[in-house]
Amino acid sequence: MRGILNKQLTQRIIFMLLAYAIVQLLVSTNIINAYLQATLVTICINIILAVSLNLITGFTGQFSLGHAGFMSIGAYTCALITMRVPTIAGFLAGVLMGAVMAALVGFLVGLPTLRLRGDYLAIATLGMSEIIRIVFINLDSITNGAAGLNDIPRFVNWPWLYVFVAGTILLIRNLLKSSHGRACIAIREDEIAAEAMGINTTKYKVLAFIIGAFCAGIAGALYSSYFYYIKPDLFGFLKSVDILVIVVLGGLGSISGSVLAAVLLAVVSTYFQSFPEIRMILYALILVIIMIFRPQGLLGSKEISISMFNRMGKLFAFGKGEK
Amino acid sequence: MEQLIQQIINGISLGSIYALIALGYTMVYGIIKLINFAHCDIYMIGAYIGYVCMSKLGLGFLPSLLASMLFCTVLGITIERIAYRPLRNATRIAALITAIGVSLFLEYTTMFFASANVRTYPSMTGFMAKTYKIGDIVISTQQILIAVITVILMVLLQVIVKKTKIGKAMRAVSMDKDAAELMGINVDTTISFTFALGSALAGAAGILVGIYYNSINPLMGVLPGLKAFVAAVFGGIGIIPGAMLGGYVIGIIEVFVSGYGYSMYRDAVVFAILILILIVRPAGLLGKNTGEKV
Amino acid sequence: MQLLAIEKLTKSFGGLTAVLNVNIELQQGELIGLIGPNGAGKTTVFNLLTGVYVPTSGNITFCKDDSKISLHGLRPHKICKEGVARTFQNIRLFRDLTVFDNVRIAMHKNVKYGLLASLLHSPSYRREEKTIADASMELLKIFNLDEKKDEYAKNLPYGEQRHLEIARALATNPELLLLDEPAAGMNPAETAQLTELIKWIREKFNLTILLIEHDMSVVMKICERIYVLDYGILIAEGTPDEIRSNPRVIEAYLGEDVSNA
Repeated sequence: MRGILNKQLTQRIIFMLLAYAIVQLLVSTNIINAYLQATLVTICINIILAVSLNLITGFTGQFSLGHAGFMSIGAYTCALITMRVPTIAGFLAGVLMGAVMAALVGFLVGLPTLRLRGDYLAIATLGMSEIIRIVFINLDSITNGAAGLNDIPRFVNWPWLYVFVAGTILLIRNLLKSSHGRACIAIREDEIAAEAMGINTTKYKVLAFIIGAFCAGIAGALYSSYFYYIKPDLFGFLKSVDILVIVVLGGLGSISGSVLAAVLLAVVSTYFQSFPEIRMILYALILVIIMIFRPQGLLGSKEISISMFNRMGKLFAFGKGEK
Repeated sequence: MEQLIQQIINGISLGSIYALIALGYTMVYGIIKLINFAHCDIYMIGAYIGYVCMSKLGLGFLPSLLASMLFCTVLGITIERIAYRPLRNATRIAALITAIGVSLFLEYTTMFFASANVRTYPSMTGFMAKTYKIGDIVISTQQILIAVITVILMVLLQVIVKKTKIGKAMRAVSMDKDAAELMGINVDTTISFTFALGSALAGAAGILVGIYYNSINPLMGVLPGLKAFVAAVFGGIGIIPGAMLGGYVIGIIEVFVSGYGYSMYRDAVVFAILILILIVRPAGLLGKNTGEKV
Repeated sequence: MQLLAIEKLTKSFGGLTAVLNVNIELQQGELIGLIGPNGAGKTTVFNLLTGVYVPTSGNITFCKDDSKISLHGLRPHKICKEGVARTFQNIRLFRDLTVFDNVRIAMHKNVKYGLLASLLHSPSYRREEKTIADASMELLKIFNLDEKKDEYAKNLPYGEQRHLEIARALATNPELLLLDEPAAGMNPAETAQLTELIKWIREKFNLTILLIEHDMSVVMKICERIYVLDYGILIAEGTPDEIRSNPRVIEAYLGEDVSNA
């Protein structure tokens, strides 16, 4: 038993290092050029956003249409800090503060609105993120209003991205494999039964929102640091929908699904970059078609895991002997 | 005092539009429990049809109004038939995402064909451009038209829902779809009819906005759509008089907030009201709270 | 020793009074039945006891370790933590989770490791998870569900779902177990088996059990005392024999042949 665990762990570490090294190699040999790098960054940020929204919506079952609001808080906080302290320490402080501020707002918003269910919660979170956006537009003296902030120092590179993406995925995955994570999932399955089994449903709903918002804050911070420029309208309803679409496309309750969908959508979207309207029409059509024919998303609530590859490998190696 | 009355008049004009849109949201939500995000884009299309009729085809206001309502009716039924019906038994989230997908589809298809540019309605002439002054209060023909048409449509709607057979079917299906089906009601037809009614009203709202504010664009539906939804929630979603009440209240509040110098925050105020209402009285002003049976 | 005292418990929904002035008393280790015709308010009593509804008036006192705790107004998870667990009339399992997870979730209230430990999978996390897994398997074995631990709850046959619900309730390590019609929908053989099981788990887990059941054969056979509700009012209380011959009970059931059981 212990041996198997260790083997799995080693495989996991090797896999993670490999993923890092391959991309690093592609970046340094300029196969991933500046243009593709922007796509890479978008993918990574979207992965963080989608995985964290999946925690809220896919695993805890709380329907949120306001994830972009949390993201914007992280983006603005980090931008304002790094513009004053343009060092790597300032950047890290910015990311951390951005995440903390987003989590704080997540908590404040979560506490009262979590009495709501389903569609009502979705609409309330949507309203909340719209309010955040409008506040950013009107805080002229700090945020430069609708015009947004420019010339934000760039510190994000592949190593940092990797640290944050891998960190987010790992922590959320670990959480979900613990009793606290199971408590969240129980809420999604049946709130009344969960409560009757001793789970403080309010606490875990708020917790999911706080962790989700924290990660969205990180994503926002990375966004502002890479793309130099942010404005409130970048974090509107459409951005929240974007994130939700990744989550639903990948499968509610599947982390690997979110990762897969983030990559897939980014590739498709890059391909159609030069025809923005057609891109959006296609995007809309894909959305409707997937919902009609595969509403559970690409992976449903299943996960792609390394042990799956192991099993597949064994299957090929031993034919049908292995069960 | 006069300023107050003026604000209320302006608020009623805006509120009429919200109320017309909100009715569609509330009826559809009442019957299939779906927040029909595409509804706001039907309103947008309604405005575009009105634009085409009035400025390209040179039709008068009333024929344009009817044309736009008719087109939107067909559009609404088509959307329900193609996109929503296959998802009738799917999860709420799948249906909601589909609605968002349809919404994006309508917006960007319009953008593709009509470009993202703002279009301007033909300026009104003669009778339509008249304004009336009572003391310092100004009322335009358009405002009267909006108010009157809205009231006529609402009365019509009430008659349909309360007095006709299909209206009774609508109420039955919204109470209990399965039971209604067992009673021999054709649920599909009833749902289609609900979409038709809501879409027709949205189409009317679209053209009314066109003559009131003059400019239209493919994304014009998004914000009024959200606010109309807030109005529907405010009055109690699924309740027709609630949507009317909510529409007027939201419209008047919005005008007041802008009127007293906080126009930058008027949208925020509407959303704040939404969150407040959801927390304090989630069933809305006219709704009843119901808990889950254990 | 007294475990639970319900005094003058009343619940009205708007104009409708579902439960009126109900008094129930449970001694430690008792197995008590709560019966009554459909709509008598039995499940409402359970919902009041477990905090799903807040009583309109009345007291619910739970005695634990020589201290008295009022359950009135506590949220369900708090009541569960005090040691009251329940099953549901219309099975409420976590349908899309495995049998194993259903039971593990119910062990949540005894988990001591914190959020940080779970994020980092610290040694304390690993230790406790192992304990949880072992305890869950042990419970599942009792209900013959250990072989189906990776099955989704929704895929179990009906009778096993009822068993799993009881196992899940036991996983919260309760002192008082509320069973809401555990034999509903079971055939006579299954019912007989369930009856034995209920008796057995009471001994094994040192439980006090309050049982709602329509199947009189179960109630009459294993309950020491029985309370009878009709239209929200307690109309009788006593041993199975007393209840069997109580004219008010017979009248309430009107045609349902109580004495035959």
